Amino acid sequence: MAQTRLVRRLDIWDRLNDALRAQGDRLLLAGLWLFFLTFGAWAILTETDAFAIGVVTGSVLALGAIGLTLIFGILKFAHFAHGDSMMLAAYIAFFLLTGTMVGDRTDTQALPFTLNDLPGATERLPWIDAFGGGDFSFGYGLLLALLLTALVMGGLFVILDRLVYRPLRRRHSSIVILAIASLGIAISMRSVILVFWASSPRFYVPGIRPTTDLPFDVRIVTDQIFIFVAAMLTAALVYFLLFRTKLGKAMRAIADNSDLAQVSGINTEQIVIWTWVISGALVSVAGVMLALQARLSPELGFVLLLPLFAATILGGIGSPQGALVGGMIIGISQEVAVSFDFISPGYKFSVAFVILILILLVRPRGLFGAKA
Amino acid sequence: MTAILQAEGVYAGYGEVEILHGVSLTVNEGEIVAVIGPNGAGKSTLLKAIFGLVPVSNGSVRLLGHDVTNLATDRIVAEGMSYVPQTDNVFPSLTIEENLEMGAYTRRNGIGDRLDHVFGLFPDIAPRRRERAGRLSGGQRQMLALARALMLDPRVLLLDEPSASLSPKMVDSIFEKIAHVNREGVAILLIEQNAREALGFSSRAYVLAMGENRFEGDAQGILDNEEVGKLYLGE
Amino acid sequence: MSFPAAIRWKGIGWQRLITPLAFLAVTFAVIFLPAERSGWNFEATVSFLAFFGTFVAIYAIFVLGLNVQWGYTGIFNFGILAFFLVGANVAAIVTKSPAEGDFVQYVGGFGDDLNLLPFLDSDQWLPSIVGILAAMAFCGVLAALLAVPMLRLREDYLAIITIGIAELLRRITIEERELVNGTRGLSGIPRPLDNLVEAADYKYVILAISVAVLIIVYFAVERGIRSPWGRVLRALREDELATAASGKNVFAFKAQGFVLGAMIMGIGGALYAYAASAIGPDTFTHFFATFLFWAMLIVGGSGNNKGAILGAYIVWGLWVITLQIQGYDLPDIISGRIFFIRDFILGALIVIVLLLRPQGLMPEERRVSIWVQRHAGDAPSPRAPPGEARAPSD
Repeated sequence: MAQTRLVRRLDIWDRLNDALRAQGDRLLLAGLWLFFLTFGAWAILTETDAFAIGVVTGSVLALGAIGLTLIFGILKFAHFAHGDSMMLAAYIAFFLLTGTMVGDRTDTQALPFTLNDLPGATERLPWIDAFGGGDFSFGYGLLLALLLTALVMGGLFVILDRLVYRPLRRRHSSIVILAIASLGIAISMRSVILVFWASSPRFYVPGIRPTTDLPFDVRIVTDQIFIFVAAMLTAALVYFLLFRTKLGKAMRAIADNSDLAQVSGINTEQIVIWTWVISGALVSVAGVMLALQARLSPELGFVLLLPLFAATILGGIGSPQGALVGGMIIGISQEVAVSFDFISPGYKFSVAFVILILILLVRPRGLFGAKA
Repeated sequence: MTAILQAEGVYAGYGEVEILHGVSLTVNEGEIVAVIGPNGAGKSTLLKAIFGLVPVSNGSVRLLGHDVTNLATDRIVAEGMSYVPQTDNVFPSLTIEENLEMGAYTRRNGIGDRLDHVFGLFPDIAPRRRERAGRLSGGQRQMLALARALMLDPRVLLLDEPSASLSPKMVDSIFEKIAHVNREGVAILLIEQNAREALGFSSRAYVLAMGENRFEGDAQGILDNEEVGKLYLGE
Repeated sequence: MSFPAAIRWKGIGWQRLITPLAFLAVTFAVIFLPAERSGWNFEATVSFLAFFGTFVAIYAIFVLGLNVQWGYTGIFNFGILAFFLVGANVAAIVTKSPAEGDFVQYVGGFGDDLNLLPFLDSDQWLPSIVGILAAMAFCGVLAALLAVPMLRLREDYLAIITIGIAELLRRITIEERELVNGTRGLSGIPRPLDNLVEAADYKYVILAISVAVLIIVYFAVERGIRSPWGRVLRALREDELATAASGKNVFAFKAQGFVLGAMIMGIGGALYAYAASAIGPDTFTHFFATFLFWAMLIVGGSGNNKGAILGAYIVWGLWVITLQIQGYDLPDIISGRIFFIRDFILGALIVIVLLLRPQGLMPEERRVSIWVQRHAGDAPSPRAPPGEARAPSD
């Protein structure tokens, strides 16, 4: 009798403990949100320019992080080739658009027909007159290039999976081996870019680009609105995919427990292929937007890994909305931090690193991450 | 008595370690067959070998007359066999409804009627269909795991220790459900540590030890058998 | 049967030839190419080989340190650039004379103060030794500081964090110009024992020094690994849970392995500073100081000290060979791109090695415990990505 009473008391204590911990975690999460929102509000008011740029770079990071979080969550490894894949996609789009490649010594036109040759493809797409400001710098040619690139990258990712990742998976290789393999692939991708397009920076559309004036005396390049909208749209689409479609639910099931998914009759290998196809498309959007925002440059891919991973982990692995929010936070923090005199612009990505350390110390599963 | 599931002379194991040395069993239509035996006897491995999760090096597994030895799991599920693992048998971040949807993944057209049927069988989890499965209690999870396996209307259901880590009340509940499911026409093959209870409502039983068949017979007979009782039921 | 599996099955015979073949191929090319290009000038060829050998030895030391961290302790450190950078810079600022001139700024500069035994010509060797010791100390302290928070992370998070740390340190050396002269870097790093011979022959001295240090480090690590301490380390790598269950303080051992590896890397960095005599941000790029060393270890064989040295030899050999090939009269379309093609080959090589021969050219010779045997089979590793729920039936 006494023993059962003791057990019951301990049980109550355990439950109290769990409840407190859950409450504590909820408080922590609320605290984190409060912190970020306060910081965001302060940034909008005091460093509006930096904030605006931060939203744009944040959009690019978010686009990359959405793909990264899918791969991390479903395929369970750190895709170190993500940044360079984005860049490769950007260059492929560039090639489809302009046909430019490096020949013997200088650029040559390597394609008899490029997307820019289509009628009206280079005509700048108009921005909505009601909102004032200039047009976009690109025509529908770029969008077509993006579409084709998405197909190419999807196919490339599937091929890489068949050749490299799947054999390693079948051997039950650890996540470290997969990460190292992806690093080798990253290097190879960068080399391919260098072989065909050399190292000097390139742009989809050369020259000065039209701008738009926003309230609070902020002037941005009109393209940047497109980038922002692209990020929001992509996040929404991926969210819809994961939570409203059968395929997406199967992806989440595999992320939860791939053995059980197999046992339930789901063909996991097929879902893995779909994951890579979708990641290829995501990487293409992210890459083209990156090139639009910054430039086409072979070195940009690898250095982006740090803020991309920071955004992914901050948002919570496996969560597209987390990737969006994480990307925004990192982007804005980077720009705002660097706008201070005492922090030189070279430290931009180190800001992402500091945020990453902080979130790993405070709440490793990130803002939207599921409990372990 | 049509045989739904037949395992004959199954040798199976992990890599170089062979765990099953020629095990045979049959599950006939409408039966509940229990496999009991001491720890490490290979009961779990037998189930996994039948379902194609552990490679079978010799022997055969037939489902409704078709050879399904070492078949890919999604094919086996399509042939009409379902499996509920002992642990980690629900998708914690998916809702209850989504868990069930995953159970019917291979089905092309609507599963609405199937969902209704399964929810009818498990009224406890029906009102919480939009909740995440991770929030459920142990007993409710087992129910959900069972429900998930029923979504494709299998002919035979393989259950790996369905009563493990459940409170006594829940154990009764789950066995009741299993019996109900069986009455609806699903043959059951289950393995259990809780041998007495399992034998209580099974039709037949096999006793496995060290990867080999030891005894078989109708459940009451095994229950009454003194030798079995001494060795395996802890009399 | 998948393609790589087919090769493995049929190739049991000629698999044994890969290592000696690779070694011979690289050796042949490394001797033949400079000889041929210099018009069969013996002196020029030997001189070239001396330079080659020096850097192979230095990189081998560094990779030995990486092997201690990864091969033996199982720590996935992608920020090895940090230790290379710290080691080289510390050795440089310790051994150099104080900064002079308007355009040169750096801290330290104790080179002149270290002539403590002038009767033994200590200005020739003492600063260099102090430099190496200082490099080891700084790298060790850095590793110790990092170990506390980092080693509790799971492996891929650890990799990302280490990249961040390396990048941060690299940024600091560039941005804080008073530290190590920013983007201009440090030049004129004193060379140990450079008064011993004429300037033209110094390369043989530094070669001898580098090889001597390599031999010392190699034997030290070999002794350490075969010691009881080393055995615990290796057991830890194979099965942390089991080792912890047997009462060993897992964290302490991992930290020690991490620190030891870092100190060895510090030695490598210091020697690099002496051999190259000038270092700067261009030296410490992610490709060179992170990827290349990892490539050396993977190609050579992780968990194997001889493999680390062999890997350094093969990969640096490939590097140098492509440099030599570039000197030839090639069509423009290739010559402008030869380095990129080389990078591509290195990237692809890592993937190929992981696929076809993950143990590297020189596999681990001895097994520590039965845990390895269990893990060598098809049992899934604790955090493996989604694969088939059962082993493939081929």
